[in-house]
Amino acid sequence: MDHSGDGQDGLFMAMENEYEAIVVDRMLPKLDGLSVIKALRAANKRTPVIILSALGEVDDRVQGLRAGSDDYLVKPFAFSELMARLDALNRRSDSDAAKTVLQVADLEIDLLSREVKRGGKILDLQPRELRLLEYLMRHAGQVVTRTMLLESVWDYHFDPQTNVIDVHISRLRSKIDKDFDKPLLHTVRGAGYCLRAAN
Amino acid sequence: MLTMVYVTLFTISALLLLAFIFFYTANYMAQQTDATIEAEIAGLEERYKVDGLTGLTRLINERIAHKRTGSELILLADQRFNALVGNLNRWPDASETPDGWLNFKLEDKGWGKGEIHSARARRFRLVGGFHLLVGRDLHDLEMSKRAIAKTLSSSLAVAAVLALIGGLTMTRSLIRRIEAINQTSNEIMNGDLSRRIPTNHTGDDFDQLSENLNHMLDRIEMLMEGVRRVSDNIAHDLRTPLARLRNHLDEVLKQNTKSGGDTECIEQAVQEADELLSTFNALLRIARIEYENRVEHFTFVELGDLVHNVVELYEPLIEEKGQQLDVYLSPGTQVHVDQELLSQAIANLLDNAIKYTPRNGCIEIHVTSNQSQVQLVIADSGPGISLAERSKVFQRFYRLESSRSSPGNGLGLSLVYAVTSLHNLDLKLESNNPGLRVILNFPALQHTPQKFAAFS
Repeated sequence: MDHSGDGQDGLFMAMENEYEAIVVDRMLPKLDGLSVIKALRAANKRTPVIILSALGEVDDRVQGLRAGSDDYLVKPFAFSELMARLDALNRRSDSDAAKTVLQVADLEIDLLSREVKRGGKILDLQPRELRLLEYLMRHAGQVVTRTMLLESVWDYHFDPQTNVIDVHISRLRSKIDKDFDKPLLHTVRGAGYCLRAAN
Repeated sequence: MLTMVYVTLFTISALLLLAFIFFYTANYMAQQTDATIEAEIAGLEERYKVDGLTGLTRLINERIAHKRTGSELILLADQRFNALVGNLNRWPDASETPDGWLNFKLEDKGWGKGEIHSARARRFRLVGGFHLLVGRDLHDLEMSKRAIAKTLSSSLAVAAVLALIGGLTMTRSLIRRIEAINQTSNEIMNGDLSRRIPTNHTGDDFDQLSENLNHMLDRIEMLMEGVRRVSDNIAHDLRTPLARLRNHLDEVLKQNTKSGGDTECIEQAVQEADELLSTFNALLRIARIEYENRVEHFTFVELGDLVHNVVELYEPLIEEKGQQLDVYLSPGTQVHVDQELLSQAIANLLDNAIKYTPRNGCIEIHVTSNQSQVQLVIADSGPGISLAERSKVFQRFYRLESSRSSPGNGLGLSLVYAVTSLHNLDLKLESNNPGLRVILNFPALQHTPQKFAAFS
């Protein structure tokens, strides 16, 4: 892991080396974050980038994404949040967007027929529950934070201030885990949730 | 109206002036007449002194013959006022003023039928007891006065009309300048702080007013920019240490968990830090909504859809609390709003409803529309808000006495208020007997829903 204290130096390092992911603060000395990303993309560097910024309005987010970043994290954030999103970024570069069936252990979703089965048994999920499960499965094995879920499944960028997401998860859990031996949906304390086969 | 006042004042002034001219002129003419009469008398008296009665008589006859068509009146009468010589048939039947003047009427066959002229004459007592009357037929004078009066009256009328035209023109240009200021002010109040009042560059009073207002606006814009910068700096400078604090606590938690130590205290500390950060974010969010005025982010959306999505998010929570939810969404409820902000406001209201309604309580949501407005109603069966507290609940950090112990930072309704203010919506709190009833009124749009069917 390399680190730089200003935009110019950082851009230089990013161009010279192949990194798995880059984390860029929006406000940097010498060269600001957005310009660094724009320069990187102009040079055809496809390294995944997350922007960190204290500016969290929709405009600022859109601006960051338009500049060429892949994700946008608002300060202050929990460290676990950053780790979760970095993981997600890396996973994104493996193109599994084309898959029509998602599978984790004996749980599978057929994206075409919108059918969910576990151990061969069809589960009855409501549309929103299915979208929630789909997101978790696409990020199987990774920690998924509540903020990530709220943004991706509900397209909301505010903090609901109550544990609404937790209740959705527990409902989902009761449908996919309750009647089965091995739990797949785990709670990661202080961070979020993770869908994976238990080890 | 300003014009009417102006015209009235002007007309009255003109009237006074013209009246003055008239009366002064009339007075002068009368004085001249009297002076001429006096001079006549003096002349006749001279002749009498020199040539006696015969001389006077001859002179009088000469005068009469000379000025046949003139307005001179002469009459010589004896002691008993019997007419002797002159162009009057008898001594006039009129009372005399203390200094010897008579005012009487004349008639002549030579004039038109019934025509009567006014006359004025002076009686002079000659030595020997004879009375001499010298005067003037005032007819011509009267005619002149009337002509002058007519001219002056027409002048007054013309002046009044000119005043009216002048007044209207002036007020119209005044009103136009004021309207320009009004309109710019409206645009500024509606959020466009960059507008400035246009000036005519004539340097007149209005221009000076406009320039002063523009300077004020510059200053206000600068201050607001300052506030924005401070707010952003707070976001950066204060949130970061808070985040670092939380992350350090997180690290300690992880270490303690690994080493099997007691993590409860640290977990609580992390939770407190999270709550603090959450409150902080909410506060900044509200501040930004209040002064940012993001009208350009408004889009057309069905209120019913918006509400449906928020309800979907909270449904499991409602189920868990065993509360009953009734939702009535009418079609055709299109509104022009900032989707993100309004969703959050509705979420806050619904969150409150769920929080304060007891287990197995009732929550109702209605979205309806009529000709003039679209209405959202969220009603619960909780404790409600007393009349006294209804105006205060929108203040930042305000918590009801009854709910100080329950979770919450007192900013939920502050955000709702900020969002509804931004959208110029009508927000009402009423009693639901029991419980709280929140009513949100949106202006109905002229667009028909069919136009946007493709997007729904």
